[in-house]
Amino acid sequence: MAGACATCVVLARDPLRQAMVTSIYGLVLGILFFLFQAPDVALSQTVVGAVALPMMILLALAKVRGGEE
Amino acid sequence: MSDRVRLTVFGVSLAGLLALLVWGLAGLPDFGDFQGAYGQLLNRVAVPERSTTDVVTAVNFDYRGFDTLGEEFILFAAVIGVASILRTLRGERIRRPDDDAAGRHVPETSLLVRVTGLGLVAPTILVGIYIVAHGHQTPGGGFQGGVILATALLLIYLSADYMTMRAVGPTWLIELAEGLGAAGFALIGVGGLVFGSAFFENFLGKGTPGELPSAGTIPLSNTAVGLAVTGGFVFMLSEFLQQALTHRRVHHHRRGGARRAS
Repeated sequence: MAGACATCVVLARDPLRQAMVTSIYGLVLGILFFLFQAPDVALSQTVVGAVALPMMILLALAKVRGGEE
Repeated sequence: MSDRVRLTVFGVSLAGLLALLVWGLAGLPDFGDFQGAYGQLLNRVAVPERSTTDVVTAVNFDYRGFDTLGEEFILFAAVIGVASILRTLRGERIRRPDDDAAGRHVPETSLLVRVTGLGLVAPTILVGIYIVAHGHQTPGGGFQGGVILATALLLIYLSADYMTMRAVGPTWLIELAEGLGAAGFALIGVGGLVFGSAFFENFLGKGTPGELPSAGTIPLSNTAVGLAVTGGFVFMLSEFLQQALTHRRVHHHRRGGARRAS
């Protein structure tokens, strides 16, 4: 499932969509780490991969698209 | 390079990568059959020696505290890098933080989002503090808890607005947390030199395993790293937000020129 999500990230061509798919991928990867008994890594992966990284991509996109008047 | 050559190069490297991956995966030890001597040793000695029930944290903040110091300053350097790239440039002016990009109508944040977001702020902060404070007992620690604490501020931005977020987390407070955390963690390492015999030696009493104040310097290190990570992430995100929401180029009549300059 993590592999499928990662493929989706690559296949999503629109950066906005890609940011959203990255977030889901981050969450799934976090669950995978948890199932493989690495809860420490799972915690950081979930927060950074599912929240912080997509947020930064979204803000960067917002800047690039709406940056000029 | 023609498409054909490109495809051939891609195909060959893909096959090579796949072969290497399969080869590597076949050589992995089975689950529960770990052969590393260092890991086995730590699993045996960490609880009696350091009173931590989470060996991962014992490795991160005690046995290999020096490595974590390096990681801590990688984050610190990254945050400084982001801050200097996203600083206010000449030819940019600060405006009200509204989303008024040409022809875009932004709908009001729905009541549901506001209520849910604000309702989640307190639990998020609580979970963050819990994870920082219990780093030496349960999975988690300064980094994980710190990032969770940083998302609490994002929730405030989502459910209220940018100005409210700035009011809750003013820049001086964020910078203070970041600086104190990073310096505090390094000082704990120096403390090992002063009161013990090595950098990052655990020089405090270890206490009973499972009790909140135990494991010597590890909870202190966790707190310091938690502060630094919270500060770093919040600082980075608010720099991004500031750049995306309030900074605009002034020369709007020279769109082409402005774009080339960016």
